[in-house]
Amino acid sequence: MHRLWASTYKEFLLLIRDLGGLAILFLMPLVLLVVITLVQDSTFKTVKETKIPILMVDQDSGTVSESIHESLSKSNSLEIIKKSSETEALELVQKGDYQLAIIIPKGLSRDMDKKVTANVNGIMTRLGLEEDSVSTAIKIEPKEIRLYFDPATQLSFKSSIKNGIDKMVSKIETRTIYEAFQEQLTEDDSEIIFDTESFITFAEIVPGGNKNPIPNSTQHNVPAWTLFAIFFIILPLSINMVKEKNQGTFIRLRTQPVSYATVLGGKTLVFLLVCLIQFSLMLFIGIFLFPFLGLPQLDVSGKLPLLYLTAFFAGLAAIGLGLLVGTVAKSQEQSAPFGATLVVILAALGGVWVPVFVMPPTMQLLSNISPMNWGLNAFYDVFLRNVGVSEIIPEISLLLGFFILSTLIAIMYYEQKNAV
Amino acid sequence: MIQIDQLSKKYKGADFYAVKDLSLTVHEKEIFGLLGPNGAGKTTLISMLSSLLKPTSGSFSINGLDFQESKNELKQHIGIVPQEYALYPSLTAFENLRYFGSMYGLKGDSLQENIISNLKTLGLYDFAHKRIRTFSGGMKRRINLITSILHHPKVLFLDEPTVGVDVQSKSVILEHLKNLNGQGTTIIYTSHHLNEAEHFCTRVAIIDHGKVVCKGVPQDLVVEQKGAHNLEEVFLARTGKALRDYA
Repeated sequence: MHRLWASTYKEFLLLIRDLGGLAILFLMPLVLLVVITLVQDSTFKTVKETKIPILMVDQDSGTVSESIHESLSKSNSLEIIKKSSETEALELVQKGDYQLAIIIPKGLSRDMDKKVTANVNGIMTRLGLEEDSVSTAIKIEPKEIRLYFDPATQLSFKSSIKNGIDKMVSKIETRTIYEAFQEQLTEDDSEIIFDTESFITFAEIVPGGNKNPIPNSTQHNVPAWTLFAIFFIILPLSINMVKEKNQGTFIRLRTQPVSYATVLGGKTLVFLLVCLIQFSLMLFIGIFLFPFLGLPQLDVSGKLPLLYLTAFFAGLAAIGLGLLVGTVAKSQEQSAPFGATLVVILAALGGVWVPVFVMPPTMQLLSNISPMNWGLNAFYDVFLRNVGVSEIIPEISLLLGFFILSTLIAIMYYEQKNAV
Repeated sequence: MIQIDQLSKKYKGADFYAVKDLSLTVHEKEIFGLLGPNGAGKTTLISMLSSLLKPTSGSFSINGLDFQESKNELKQHIGIVPQEYALYPSLTAFENLRYFGSMYGLKGDSLQENIISNLKTLGLYDFAHKRIRTFSGGMKRRINLITSILHHPKVLFLDEPTVGVDVQSKSVILEHLKNLNGQGTTIIYTSHHLNEAEHFCTRVAIIDHGKVVCKGVPQDLVVEQKGAHNLEEVFLARTGKALRDYA
């Protein structure tokens, strides 16, 4: 025990003597958290408040193009800029000045009217309600609304625009059909035969009643990026170990009657403390600084014990991995890039960048082996689902198991490598 | 007593043995010099004796403790002064000594008094609370030595302990080692300073290509070697004048 405390105190001294490293260790995760949350929050606001300019070339000048223009304008997220030439619009999109150009083809409204009228007439005749309808079938070519996207446009934006326009066109078609029937069935325009308002609407409800408001960008971002920052402890920890190898102090320790587990124990205690301080600072930033930056405030009310419990075990898992990387790596050139890349891969697999449910099946399966996935689920459970301690036991057990396993592998590797 | 029997070491991928079937006996309270050109196998031998390297074959025991059966006990009995400083540059001399002393299981006032006494003897007491990174080469060598003797080892291995230090530091280091030897510590020491070895060691072994070329009391070896006037001439006569460059 005395050796463990001596190791811990030595690690503590080494840490506080490197003020630059200490500043980076605590400041960079905070900068990361603030920047990412600001970026994510502004993306969130983009949908609500700012408008993306897009081009529209109206070759139709009819009711359909008017409806599309009106619907797009009403969406609040798009600013419609009208252009007269398709070529000009295409060039502007190709240059990357605009993300999208919508080309409404000539005669779209007229042809759609003709097609709908012909179809309605055909139905009325078959029902015997129309006596002198024209029985000859009119051949109308299908029309195409062309969408020119900037190649750099994100897929999610593309699909949301395509879905939106598809929905608008369907709505216009439906309305036109209703109107055609209305015309056929009554002479009085004021008589309402069909209610054209949408029958089905959506309501967003968060399980758990009124207590749980819909999570904002801060509630979503803080857990993910806090976890990401916690796992970045792998870098300084592994560099610390490689440095000791280069200084020769590790060699001296090998000649002393002290176990490798004791040496690692000292590092674990100090770096775990670093993780918890980092975590506290990030919570502090979320609670007190975010509102000054125009970001939603982090709500931790009633959740602190479980949050610290999760951070403790996530920190242990990160430290275990750091100890393993530091044991195996021979130089900083090995440990630094490997450690950084490993964290990014684990973050990607764990669902920090992209939610796990949208990943391909193989990647979803692989995400189960990322400790960041376990940590993230535990954080989401506490932050967003308001669960109790029993619900996060499976995740924190996995994190603890990961720490034990990676530390054991590090010790076994060391013993095997330095067997005498 | 150190008993080495047929000890060999061949590194992975190497074409030749760094140490080959080496047998040697070092008696208690001796100051034994391991001399040899670069790549002769001196550091490899010391590394094996100090549990840093696994021998390819052979065995050794220190004070009756077998190297394989009593590894941890053996570590408590030996001290190693490596060629590198092996200290934490951002810690003070006192912090380094307290940490490494603790790793030997030392603690409390006895450790503190031990550190202070050694610092005073080696002229570093006034620098106890200065960081190692501010120390000169000679000062670091002295701290390196203290680090290895805090637990009063019965056997002390020193790998070129006076390399790169000024005459004053060298004198203090050798004087301190003699004192330790006088108190009963067996010293095994490697050096390229043959004049220093001739006067400092009670016995020496000249090693070349991983084997003992000759061994004995330095003055006897000089007398035995025809035409030699000092240990350096014995050394050159036994190991030749060809350069020993390895890559």
